Amino acid sequence: MSLLRLTWKGLWSRRAAVLLTLTAMAVSVALLVGVERLREGVRAGFATTVSGTDLIVGPRSGALQLALSALFRIGAAEHAMSWASFEALKRDPAVAWAIPLAFGDSHRDYPVVATNGDYFAHLRYGRGQELVFLAGGAFHEALDAVLGYEVAERLGYRLGDELELTHGIGESGHHHDEAQFTVIGILAPTGTPVDRSVHIPLAGMARIHAGWIGGLPIPGVRVIGTAEWPDQVNAVLLGLHQRTQVFAVQRRLQRQPGEPLSAVLPAVALDQLWGLVAPVERVLRLLALLVFLASALGMAAALLAGMESRRRELAVLRAVGAAPRHLLALVLLEGGLITLAGIAAGVALAGLLVFAAGGWVGGRFGIDLAAVGPGAGLSWLPLLFAVGLGAALVPALAAYRRSLADGLLVRE
Amino acid sequence: MDAADRLADPLACEPVLAVEALAYAWPGGEPLIDLPELTLAPHERLFIEGASGSGKSTLLSIIAGVIRPDRGRVRLLGRDLTELPAARRDRIRADHIGLIFQQFNLIPYLSAADNVLLACRFSPRRRGRCPDPRGEARRLLAHMGIDTPELLARPAARLSIGQQQRVAAARALIGSPELVIADEPTSALDPPLRERFLALLFAECAAAGSALLFVSHDPQLAAAFPRRLRLGAP
Repeated sequence: MSLLRLTWKGLWSRRAAVLLTLTAMAVSVALLVGVERLREGVRAGFATTVSGTDLIVGPRSGALQLALSALFRIGAAEHAMSWASFEALKRDPAVAWAIPLAFGDSHRDYPVVATNGDYFAHLRYGRGQELVFLAGGAFHEALDAVLGYEVAERLGYRLGDELELTHGIGESGHHHDEAQFTVIGILAPTGTPVDRSVHIPLAGMARIHAGWIGGLPIPGVRVIGTAEWPDQVNAVLLGLHQRTQVFAVQRRLQRQPGEPLSAVLPAVALDQLWGLVAPVERVLRLLALLVFLASALGMAAALLAGMESRRRELAVLRAVGAAPRHLLALVLLEGGLITLAGIAAGVALAGLLVFAAGGWVGGRFGIDLAAVGPGAGLSWLPLLFAVGLGAALVPALAAYRRSLADGLLVRE
Repeated sequence: MDAADRLADPLACEPVLAVEALAYAWPGGEPLIDLPELTLAPHERLFIEGASGSGKSTLLSIIAGVIRPDRGRVRLLGRDLTELPAARRDRIRADHIGLIFQQFNLIPYLSAADNVLLACRFSPRRRGRCPDPRGEARRLLAHMGIDTPELLARPAARLSIGQQQRVAAARALIGSPELVIADEPTSALDPPLRERFLALLFAECAAAGSALLFVSHDPQLAAAFPRRLRLGAP
């Protein structure tokens, strides 16, 4: 009759209560592991958003602002750089390719990106993966549109469907109902903001804004222009012939006379972005830890409440020679076993959740949980175990003191 | 070899228990126990009679090493319990004393057999004395009339009071402790069961070579004991 077997049988005899305690703990552990996985997933998502792009160039602004709009389509693109500056970049001998990006329109809350064929040829994500067409191909005409996977999936577009754009974001903006764009390509899922983008040619964007003055249409005038490019773009993604030149090119671009430009290394901008998000994830992590602490205290409370009805059991153990420290060990072992089982069940639950909901989270938020690997959050487990054991110390000490006071006889 | 073995075995005439000038009072209360002398020889059976409130349970707790007396000496197998730290007294209780109480002797969720084996858990000495603890537990329980596999495996909470007391006796006796202390072990039993239980207890104590200290408020039981002692009002 080992102490472990005695503990096990005792727990089994109270299995309903133990199971509830254990479940509470498992849920809190699953939450913690889940948050960690989400965090790692978001971090991995940030890192895989762009690959192969050496510099993001745009009008003079903050690195973060430029990256947010160029990579994540977040934030209003208030500033722009001239088309001439883009042309100059393209001619720069150090530059292998330059992808122009212009923003400002949307389609049913999905951002519209005006660009050219180089986007599909040179943009890379993840570990250097290329964009792949699920159906159709790149632009031919000014009023063609290539949809990101989620846009097509969510809005149910197929090749040949027509869509209209809205100026700005939301329903309040001007409807470009003078021009219909035709879906000629749908991209395969990437897990990046590309999935949420509607891509149109620069010429298309130039034409639907033809004749506008100061960013507003002239009332009563409906024009479709014939321009092949816009006057301005919001950002340019650059690929260099030699990556080692990136700092030299960056310095040169920032200092060159003429239009003031910003050139940003994507990794630096992502680091800044990460720094911005870090407090939120710290709060999430803290909350998850607090939930676990609550479940550990719940376990301690359940064990402590059980101690009153188990006084006779403790007295019997004392009679057969158990020292008070044995009873302390017994209750500590109970808490330890419950914590261990709760942690194991929680990790399994988190794995199950990722398995069941990973696809949905990936499609909805572009966070690839399955790619994070099962190791995320596991480094917390020893700490959780220690917290559980620490909480069990409360009822264990109660058993210790009680057995000293009661001795062999429980006085009612 | 344990110090107690050296002391107990070669000198069979040394008393199992020798109490001298024992006094105990609850903190701030009146004197509860005042016992000038009590000796118990090996294999001896002693009946201690005391009404409830006479301090008999407290006396047993002192002898079992759970409570320390205010003054006096309690020698168990030659060692003075009053001079030993609590941990040593716990170990001595595990090794040399089998206890039976009026009721609630058993861990309710353990089987009859596991309850008996519990006595070996805290005492390597008693484990050492029965090479096959499970077999020994079964043998003792069979002597006590608990012999079907179903009864052996049944959780103690679902045994009758009579069965529970017999399991408690088997547990007190496993590993042949030098002293068995029984505190009103029969008072929860009906009279016919009472006598049978007593007879079994005597027989098994004799077989194990254990001295028996039997405490009860019931003077009718005293007739079965060669020696008697009255506690309480002198």
